[in-house]
Amino acid sequence: MNQIPGLFNYWIVVFLMMAGFYVVISQGNLVKKLVGLGLFQASVFILFITMGNLSGGRAPIVTEGVFVYSSPLPHVLILTAIVVGVATTAVGLALVVRIQEAYGSVEEDEIHARDLADEEELLEQNTAGTEDDGR
Amino acid sequence: MLIAIVAIRMRDLFGVVILFGVYSLLTAVLFMDLDAVDVAFTEAAVGAGVTTVLLLSSLRLTRRWEAPPKHNPLLSLLVVGVTGAALVYATLDAPLLGDPNAPVHKHVTPHYIQRAAEEIGMPNMVTAVLASYRGYDTFGETLVVFTAGLAVLLLLGIPELPKSRPHSSAIDDQVVLKVVVKLLIPLILLYALYVQFHGDFGAGGGFQAGVIFATGFILYEMVFGANNAHAVMPPAWLPRLAALGVLIYGGVGLVSMMAGKPFLDYSALSGDPVHGQHLGVLLVELGVGITVFSIVLLIFYALSGRKRQP
Repeated sequence: MNQIPGLFNYWIVVFLMMAGFYVVISQGNLVKKLVGLGLFQASVFILFITMGNLSGGRAPIVTEGVFVYSSPLPHVLILTAIVVGVATTAVGLALVVRIQEAYGSVEEDEIHARDLADEEELLEQNTAGTEDDGR
Repeated sequence: MLIAIVAIRMRDLFGVVILFGVYSLLTAVLFMDLDAVDVAFTEAAVGAGVTTVLLLSSLRLTRRWEAPPKHNPLLSLLVVGVTGAALVYATLDAPLLGDPNAPVHKHVTPHYIQRAAEEIGMPNMVTAVLASYRGYDTFGETLVVFTAGLAVLLLLGIPELPKSRPHSSAIDDQVVLKVVVKLLIPLILLYALYVQFHGDFGAGGGFQAGVIFATGFILYEMVFGANNAHAVMPPAWLPRLAALGVLIYGGVGLVSMMAGKPFLDYSALSGDPVHGQHLGVLLVELGVGITVFSIVLLIFYALSGRKRQP
């Protein structure tokens, strides 16, 4: 039972990760999916920082009289990951904007419906074309 | 946690984005509590600041309201529940929070903590590990940021603005806002420079400084309009500045190669290895800062400059 405070952070991470996962797989709106990815990403950040923490440790900046520091390595990895994360999110947003301009919607269902309609139209044109050749 | 649930349930995407900003800020507070000051700093500047602005500018180009869901959420809930249960089961074997015997604290970490101050000559271990011990990773990540900026530029582009209307802004009559922003911007830029060059000693570094510096310009663009902002920082310069940053980083690596040391071994830069390391880290952080600043601003220009199409 004394494990619970030590594992509590991991459970929060799992909960947030699953919340992000749920948004990504179940919601149709592309902007919301990106927010879901962001939730997932932030939970991974918390996981890494949790692992780097050391009880009784201080922030990893050399200070006189302090000998126990939290591990700086996860901090470095996550620091760069955050900035890379915003850059990749921006690429996603740019794609969403282009999809909106091409399809007039950012809802997954409407985009699929539009794609199917386009394909059927194309098929009809093709069959019409072969019939013309046959004559 | 509650914020995450509310964000999932809401159909108003504007509210979702704002809640996501609040969530990032709370995450930053949590990082602070877990001794990760540099990370908290970055998360507060990036997650709560820049991401929110970028999401909002793309909402402007799409739609504010989300369509009601058509699927039954039960199947996805089941998948999520099973995955979550498996992960929780996995955490039972994980090292406890703050356990000194955890694998994280066993391998290279003691070396970094004990030797960083004497080998690199700077008290902030995060900066030392970031720029020197793991310089390759950081170089790669700078390149990823650079590539992402180019991808956004290719997808959206930055439109030419009509020159005839120098004072076109939606909030032209907000005198108080303008005065306050004018007072704030120099402080923001100064703070960014402090963060950039003091990163060796305290929390901070090129990534944070670049983002904060870009925030100053974003604020200016939002209040004084795109025309004025483009006059201060022309969009055509930004890709060049970003390339310059990557070039500085790679150039430092090449110089150390010329001197007969491995790529990005800064001890070659000066007669005294520690001094060389310090100089190298400073230059590399400068390169990172320039790249991150110009890419963030570039992405913002691209998303905010685009006209909404009917």
